[in-house]
Amino acid sequence: MPLLSVKDLAVRFETHDGIVRAVDGVSFEMEEGETLGLVGESGSGKSVTNLALLGLIPSPPGVMSGVVNFDGQEITKLPEPDLRKIRGNRIAMIFQDPMTSLNPLLTIGRQLTEVLELHKGMGYSQALRQSAAALGEVGLAEPEKRLAQYPHELSGGMRQRVMIAMGLLCEPRLLLADEPTTALDVTIQAQILELMAAVQKQHGTAIILVTHDLGVVAGSADRVAVMYAGRIVEEGPTQDIFNSPVHPYTKGLLSSVPRLDSDTSCELSSIPGSPPDLAEMPPGCAFAPRCKKVQKECLLTQPDLVSSGSPQRRHACPIASLPASREANS
Amino acid sequence: MSQPLLKVQDLTKHFPVGPRTILGKAEQFLRAVDGVSFQIEKGGSLGLVGESGCGKSTCARTIVGLHPATSGSVRYEGVELTSLSRQGWAPYRRKIQMIFQDPYASLDPRQTVAQILDEPLKLFGLGRPRERRLRVLALLEAVGLNPRHVQRYPHEFSGGQRQRIGIARALAGEPDLIVCDEPVSALDVSIQAQIVNLLGELRERFDLAYLFIAHDLAVVRHLCDRIAVMYLGRLVEEAQRDELFKNPSHPYTKALLSAVPYPDPEVERTRERIVLGGDVPSPLTPPSGCPFHPRCHQVGEVSGDRCSREVPALVHEGQRSRACHLD
Repeated sequence: MPLLSVKDLAVRFETHDGIVRAVDGVSFEMEEGETLGLVGESGSGKSVTNLALLGLIPSPPGVMSGVVNFDGQEITKLPEPDLRKIRGNRIAMIFQDPMTSLNPLLTIGRQLTEVLELHKGMGYSQALRQSAAALGEVGLAEPEKRLAQYPHELSGGMRQRVMIAMGLLCEPRLLLADEPTTALDVTIQAQILELMAAVQKQHGTAIILVTHDLGVVAGSADRVAVMYAGRIVEEGPTQDIFNSPVHPYTKGLLSSVPRLDSDTSCELSSIPGSPPDLAEMPPGCAFAPRCKKVQKECLLTQPDLVSSGSPQRRHACPIASLPASREANS
Repeated sequence: MSQPLLKVQDLTKHFPVGPRTILGKAEQFLRAVDGVSFQIEKGGSLGLVGESGCGKSTCARTIVGLHPATSGSVRYEGVELTSLSRQGWAPYRRKIQMIFQDPYASLDPRQTVAQILDEPLKLFGLGRPRERRLRVLALLEAVGLNPRHVQRYPHEFSGGQRQRIGIARALAGEPDLIVCDEPVSALDVSIQAQIVNLLGELRERFDLAYLFIAHDLAVVRHLCDRIAVMYLGRLVEEAQRDELFKNPSHPYTKALLSAVPYPDPEVERTRERIVLGGDVPSPLTPPSGCPFHPRCHQVGEVSGDRCSREVPALVHEGQRSRACHLD
């Protein structure tokens, strides 16, 4: 049985401009100890997917539907007190911006011990000892001193280490990391990614890594799911996605990333246009208006995510799986 | 050799911080830019890279006169800019333009595109109203926007389109040099590629020179012929682009290059990575000697405590400069 299975997850927001389908029928599974890279551009629904898994969608205006099975338990229908027992305990989350996600009024120590007191029923002094150990584990020098400090006294990289330490305090089975290194410089990013890999190896934590940086995914994820306009358009093992992308969006995304070893004499390939407005979605495939290989049927029906080749590979483009001859004729 | 378009020499920018003395003098200074020198030829492009807080944006803003320089010189076609008065600056404003990072914050939300683009034309006295209207349409066309959208407001455009408007505004006065401060880092990759291509195309078409500030080395590599790496307010290395990427010579450049993630799982999983310890020190209390020495992985290769005692000078060697005590 997979650790996490998500079926038809959908989140819509009722706004003044109409209904925004931020996540629109997302399904995937995760095994213990694996890393799933959830990639896509801003507004593609990757962060909302993560929030929805923990039941953190504010309602109203948000409406969530679908099934989330975690560790054999369906968690979307759980009442709030039960969800609270899972959040930060068995499923933890690391946010993008460690400045706004730590409480500026509380010391680092207070924020860490709270987690342990709440979930593990520890006393303050024991929780404090454990917190210091956790800070040491994520490579912060002088952990005892850090416990007495406030978030503003630490640098961005140090704060993100605190966030990771906090996320791992209860040894969660699943860690949701939402752009954990986006706010950091590359040299600090390298430190944090290395740390997350080490922690995962030691504790066997499964990680959903939400990011827009394909380089980060290439180095850290076992599997990749590419999202566009609220839907997964392609999914598969990291190697396969990078070596033989099928969906035109994945192809376009991969080739528009500037690389340190690419040919600079020619232009970067880019995807024309911009992502659709989620409040005014086209009826067919959301990518059709920007797609080079668009066909008549693309504009009419929304393609489903189907398996192709191996059971691990899925994509949502009926045109891409046609034999090449028809593609060439069109 | 002919005169360079822009020559920056020993430029420093120190900001006074902290408590003042009775006479109103600051006792502590933040050394944001601390002796930076480089030059850009006509039609050339220099990428200035470094991590946040290294002073690259301050450097750009000091060059265009948005901050007065503390000391040093900025010469544009031989004319010293740092000592110019506001009026003296006027003709150079037209020749040196800037593109900003945030396309949302750098456009006036209450002006239509027509007004945004007309303003510099009016200011520089370029043509009568009718000519200016045509010029505005031509500018929109040049940056790949639909001229029919000329009466729209910034909020009606996407981030990438807004950055195009910012570029059109910079082009309005027919500049020779555009200072681009992180022009693509707020954009998604597929849009980023469009803008990078556009900047490359415009450079050819209008014979522009760029000073391109960025933290993304891969983007810089696509647009610039020369690259300068900054660390804590100083240049640590400057070289021709391919030279720098193939044979980085300063330990910081090496670490920076090795930290950039590759969008390729095979490369990413097999290569050796230099992971630097610690954080970038505060420019309020820079370390003694070489600013990079507390994090440097090669500090042991220099005999004695030279790295922690002596600030290495930027030494020119052929087409490359480097500030390091290593041999």
